[in-house]
Amino acid sequence: MDGYIAQQLLNGLILGSMYALVAIGFTMIYGIIRLINFAHGDIVMIGAFLTLGLVISGKISFPVIIILVFIGGALMGILIERVAFRPMRGAPQVTGFITSLAISILLQNLGILLLTAQPRNFFCPDYLQTIYHFGPVSLRAIDLGIVVTAVVLMIFLVLLVRFTRLGMAMRATAENLNVARLMGININHTIMLAFAIGSGLAGVAGMMWGGKYGQIDPLLGFVPGLKAFVAAVIGGVGSIPGAMLGGYLLGFGEVLFVGLLPPIYSSYRDAFVFTTLIMILLVLPNGLLGRKTEEKA
Amino acid sequence: MDMLEIRDSHVYIGQTYVLKGVSLEVRHGEIVALIGANGAGKTTTLSTISGLTRSRRGKILFRPDPDTTQRDITKAPAEGIVKMGISHCPEGRQVFSDLNVWENLLIGAYLRKDKQAIQSDLQWVCELFPILRDRRRQSAGNLSGGEQMMLAIGRALMSRPRLLLLDEPSLGLAPLLVETIFEMLEQINAQGTTILLVEQNALMALELAQRAYVMETGQITLSGTGMELAENEAVRKAYLGAT
Ligand SMILES: Nc1ncnc2c1ncn2[C@@H]1O[C@H](COP(=O)(O)OP(=O)(O)OP(=O)(O)O)[C@@H](O)[C@H]1O
Ligand SMILES: [Mg+2]
Repeated sequence: MDGYIAQQLLNGLILGSMYALVAIGFTMIYGIIRLINFAHGDIVMIGAFLTLGLVISGKISFPVIIILVFIGGALMGILIERVAFRPMRGAPQVTGFITSLAISILLQNLGILLLTAQPRNFFCPDYLQTIYHFGPVSLRAIDLGIVVTAVVLMIFLVLLVRFTRLGMAMRATAENLNVARLMGININHTIMLAFAIGSGLAGVAGMMWGGKYGQIDPLLGFVPGLKAFVAAVIGGVGSIPGAMLGGYLLGFGEVLFVGLLPPIYSSYRDAFVFTTLIMILLVLPNGLLGRKTEEKA
Repeated sequence: MDMLEIRDSHVYIGQTYVLKGVSLEVRHGEIVALIGANGAGKTTTLSTISGLTRSRRGKILFRPDPDTTQRDITKAPAEGIVKMGISHCPEGRQVFSDLNVWENLLIGAYLRKDKQAIQSDLQWVCELFPILRDRRRQSAGNLSGGEQMMLAIGRALMSRPRLLLLDEPSLGLAPLLVETIFEMLEQINAQGTTILLVEQNALMALELAQRAYVMETGQITLSGTGMELAENEAVRKAYLGAT
């Protein structure tokens, strides 16, 4: 039984890693322009298909694919920001939200148009399918890769945001757009950077998603997008450490819920997710690590 | 020749007609005060200069040094205006509470590349406001109101402005601290920074400034030397609490 729990915790870690990566982008974008970006999950889908395309097209090694997918996701994020969100800047929050919904639907339907709705098998090289056994728990190389990649990316991000000039500009812009401009910060660049990094991470999460579940389709972004939203809100939307924490908590919670209760409850896992969200928000309206201040007008 | 010249500036915020043809000048080396009641348009004047707000009509001209050519900054972006040498210390301090004190100062120097000079300017700001050095690792959100004000001024100085726009540095501070801050402003000015000062504390502002403007409902209604305005009957009634 202990081995079983350990195995479930491990699964939670893997799932949480993916949620956390997607949630980071969500929270960065919200933090900087107060946009609830519904299209963020669809970048996950694009990342997954991009990976598949790169795998099929040639003998590119997986570490290189990670970089290419990050760049692909980032470019997609920049494009969406430039054509859809920048013209909406300064408009009421709900306008941005609706725009993002439209982008999401557009991307999904473009996906269906170009790739058909038929799920496709996701290829992983054999070395990623190797199964390792550690006592009672076992995991595939790809699972290990997911966790390690996610953690490395998150460490990079935290270092960037905490200790670089650019990171300082991002934090300042997130706190106060106008005063950031008075410092000479070009907020268009900072906002673009937030979209690029957030979407790059979501792209890489898509690669992981494909590797973990083995099948991908143009609508796959919905679930990670929604879960990442929940994770970001649990952690305190706008807070990067909060998004990471929320992602892992959600991953663990979900897996333990399914793993520890009788199987008939497992289809209630999403109900569990949202119940948890509501309960946390009742106690901590700003999430676990959110700022205590009121929403700026 | 003037350092800063606002010519007949008309500004709308949303639908509200806020500045109704404002003209004023600041000369090199001066301290100029802009006083007026709440809602007169003082803050709007400053943010129109610094590029946060756009004027619908009128011109803003800036000459960083007496021997440089005059530039039209009416349509320049905010970040370009900082680069040209105008630093705006906004109303209500608005330090970055997610950044520590040192980072707040460093971000004031965001556009500068001269690392060594930035270090010596940090020293300079810390000599003006020694408390900032003691608190340098502390999050700016945890400072007292007075300390935040000093940080906001220090941050604005870190871009090495030729012209410093200050919006109500005395707001919400104890009288003794206001004294200190005004003394610092005098020092900063003596060291070569021109200052345009918006103040509610008209008495102190008129004492400090060489020249001053009085603003009412979006228009400049009076101007003169600080002394002249301090003795002006209407000003004394409206702003200095004389009966
Ligand atoms: N964002 C805004 N939306 C609508 N009206 C605004 C806005 N900002 C300023 N105003 C209006 O513009 C006018 C001038 O405002 P401004 O802040 O420039 O005045 P002020 O002289 O700085 O006042 P105070 O001494 O209170 O700081 C006011 O009537 C104000 O109501
Ligand atoms: Mg004001």
